[in-house]
Amino acid sequence: MTNKQQGLSRRDFLKTTGIATGALVGGGLIGGLVGYNVKTDNKTGTEEHLAAEGQGSPKGLMFLTNKNEFNILSQATERIFPEDDLGPGAIGLGVAYFIDNQLAGNYGSNAKEYMQGPFFPGAGTQGYQSALTRGEIFRQGIAKLNEEAQTRYGKGFAELDGEQMDTILTAFQKNEVEMKGVTSEFFFKLLRQATLEGAYADPIYNGNVNMDGWRMKGFPGHQMAYINVIEDEKFQVIEPKSISSMQH
Amino acid sequence: MAKTLDKVDVVTVGVGWTGGIIAAECAKAGLKVRGLERGKDRSTADYSMIHDEFRYAIRYDLMQDLSKETVTFRNHRKMRALPMRQMGSFLLGENLGGSGTHWNGMTYRFLPYDFEIKSMTEQKYGKNKLSQDYLLTDWGITYDELEPYFDAFEKTAGISGEDTNPFWGKRSADFPTPPMKKTPILKKFETATKNLGYHPYMLPSANLSEAYENPDGQSIAACQYCGFCERFGCEYGAKSSPEVTVVPTASKTGNFEAVFHANVVEILKSGNKVTGVRYIDTQTGEEFIQPADVVVLTSYMLNNAKLLMVSKIGEQYDPDTGRGTLGKNYCYQIGPGATGFFDEQMNVFMGAGALGMSIDDFNGDSFDHSDVDFIHGASISLLQAGTRPILSNPVPPDTPAWGSEFKKASIHNYTRTLSVFGQGASMPHKENYLTLDPDYRDAYGVPLLQMTYNFTDQDRNLAKFITERAADIIKEMGAKTVAPGGPLTDYDIVPYQSTHNTGGTTMGASPDDSVVNNYLQHWDADNLFVVGAGNFQHNSGYNPTATVGALSYRAAEGIIKYSKNGGSLV
Ligand SMILES: Cc1cc2nc3c(=O)[nH]c(=O)nc-3n(C[C@H](O)[C@H](O)[C@H](O)COP(=O)(O)OP(=O)(O)OC[C@H]3O[C@@H](n4cnc5c(N)ncnc54)[C@H](O)[C@@H]3O)c2cc1C
Ligand code: SF4
Repeated sequence: MTNKQQGLSRRDFLKTTGIATGALVGGGLIGGLVGYNVKTDNKTGTEEHLAAEGQGSPKGLMFLTNKNEFNILSQATERIFPEDDLGPGAIGLGVAYFIDNQLAGNYGSNAKEYMQGPFFPGAGTQGYQSALTRGEIFRQGIAKLNEEAQTRYGKGFAELDGEQMDTILTAFQKNEVEMKGVTSEFFFKLLRQATLEGAYADPIYNGNVNMDGWRMKGFPGHQMAYINVIEDEKFQVIEPKSISSMQH
Repeated sequence: MAKTLDKVDVVTVGVGWTGGIIAAECAKAGLKVRGLERGKDRSTADYSMIHDEFRYAIRYDLMQDLSKETVTFRNHRKMRALPMRQMGSFLLGENLGGSGTHWNGMTYRFLPYDFEIKSMTEQKYGKNKLSQDYLLTDWGITYDELEPYFDAFEKTAGISGEDTNPFWGKRSADFPTPPMKKTPILKKFETATKNLGYHPYMLPSANLSEAYENPDGQSIAACQYCGFCERFGCEYGAKSSPEVTVVPTASKTGNFEAVFHANVVEILKSGNKVTGVRYIDTQTGEEFIQPADVVVLTSYMLNNAKLLMVSKIGEQYDPDTGRGTLGKNYCYQIGPGATGFFDEQMNVFMGAGALGMSIDDFNGDSFDHSDVDFIHGASISLLQAGTRPILSNPVPPDTPAWGSEFKKASIHNYTRTLSVFGQGASMPHKENYLTLDPDYRDAYGVPLLQMTYNFTDQDRNLAKFITERAADIIKEMGAKTVAPGGPLTDYDIVPYQSTHNTGGTTMGASPDDSVVNNYLQHWDADNLFVVGAGNFQHNSGYNPTATVGALSYRAAEGIIKYSKNGGSLV
């Protein structure tokens, strides 16, 4: 694949490796997407997903209004963060519920952000300049994923096989899909970021089911202190804890 | 109709580190001080549920509400400035304590070279080392003159550190508390930099290595290395912040009162004196006039500049003519560095905001610049601040950005990745400045501050040089794959870089090239003081707050002097 996409390119990777937080935002090209071995039977995924409602406190939709939108979001996030031998993917982690619930709150309505006009497109270095809220972007983006699926393959997005979904997601990432008031590249970035948030946020936000996202990664979540172990040479495997366990 | 309140001796606009220090010192000296803070009250009790990366580090729960106010930005004058609609490049503070609540606590003093940068550069490298487009200026104060104030700030905050760095200025006293723990990760950096012939030292830290009582009688607890420090408040009261140090000191005198939800919109002026400020109660919308004998701007450097501009105090800098000083010498910082992917797993999720080691072998003028195409440099550090899973998904170059390969690589490398980074000094350039935006307004109808800023050739050359040094270090540390940062292109306001914005309300020896004198007293109004990193004539290769703190102690001394004798302090 070409180096042309403006999304999370090698250049972005290099640009961000040295920043003060030491955090990296993401990797390079989406080469090598072909041939990876995850479940492509979306029905199974959806059923597993809905089964999550039975565990602990119930999950439900607060923003999206129909099951098809929800299935599209579930499948798209699962392609970004798939189930594999390390553990659950986005569906198993409840990521689509997490995103839906976030869209119903401040995040979805950009409540803490400057949304006054006038609006102009601007340069990439000036950041987000659309009048659309994230809620509006996700609604449109999900519809667009489906529309692309219909145009390219004559089926709904959630009915496609994994490689077909990847082809469509890649087209979004490379900004090849026309959207209104926002670029498809931006929608893809939001979707990717929100997927990672749902996989790794504290389970109180309805993603990271059973703290399995943290467990896979070796992150112990909320711990009170590391003062007694921080000088140890040995890598510490610590059973993760949610913020909900915090007792002072 | 604005309601006029009783007059006070001193009013501060904002109660973060600068406002808190001014309040504590002036209140101790018997002056009646009122701190107008647009955010809310808060204390350590509010941080007991803080170990939540998503809420605090990703959704910025402690930070400024940009729906009310932001800045506009463009890279250069021919571009249309547009609002920074979402928090990105820097994270502005709000509520009691300001950014001093959610800072890391890395507490370096600027170098002696910094304060006399113009003279010292010219002396050693001649007048043409940098082109005339760079507006190097001495600060009107020397390191030695400022040293006692650095000492005062460090003692208030209880800074943990060790004096083994041969490149920084002379200290009149040792650090109040010993350095933090040297973890296995830090030792890797120490060994590697020593092998390369450099001089590593433990980073001076406001995450205290042991419990400490400061000279004002405030207790600061010992750091627990919980790993939720930067972007979070400290649940233990172990990170020095205004709300565990200077604010209680001010309150205890009985001479200080903080007023919350008070958003200042104008400095009031009559002749060559200021008379007070006008603010809006953000809960009721009511307008108030707070008269004061002395007005102190302590509302972070961006708001300080904006308030002077909307109140028409001082002459706005004009890049065409070079006239005017307000808004001039806006600088930021650059973050060259290199990431290393290791074989072994490390406890990267443990740490503290300022747990780290640094070298200054390539900072300031500690190496010879005759053969390089830039001046100054960067501190080069390794920080073990506690990496968290949403923000940290490191993958080696050429790994896909999503999908199964990404998932595997990001999970595998999360505990196997370290970064060595520089804080690159930033030199003032005639095209980088602050002014008012003609089109966009805040929630109270006041124009937004406009930022015109881009990286310069000086920055690009410096970045390239430091990136190479950082890559050498991480390689020497044993990284299997080294990913050096790419070349510096245009400044981009989207990714977080640092909250180290400087300039715009610079200090100096003359009103020709500065906004305030070396007591941070405004050249045009004796009873107006402007305090913050806006006073910096350029930005050094370190975090700013120790220097901001020192300047705040200096300003407090000036305010107390002024309240006795009046007039210009210089
Ligand atoms: C994530 C992060 C990490 C950092 N890490 C470090 C570090 O490791 N080392 C270091 O040296 N520095 C660090 N800093 C920078 C440091 O926090 C600042 O230098 C310092 O807090 C600045 O203090 P200040 O008083 O100038 O401003 P602030 O702390 O921003 O306080 C200004 C206050 O004024 C209030 N205010 C603003 N406008 C108005 C108005 N119009 N009316 C009323 N009130 C108003 C604000 O609400 C705020 O409370 C970090 C900053 C951030 C955000
Ligand atoms: S790392 Fe230390 S100073 Fe920072 S929040 Fe945790 S206990 Fe407090």
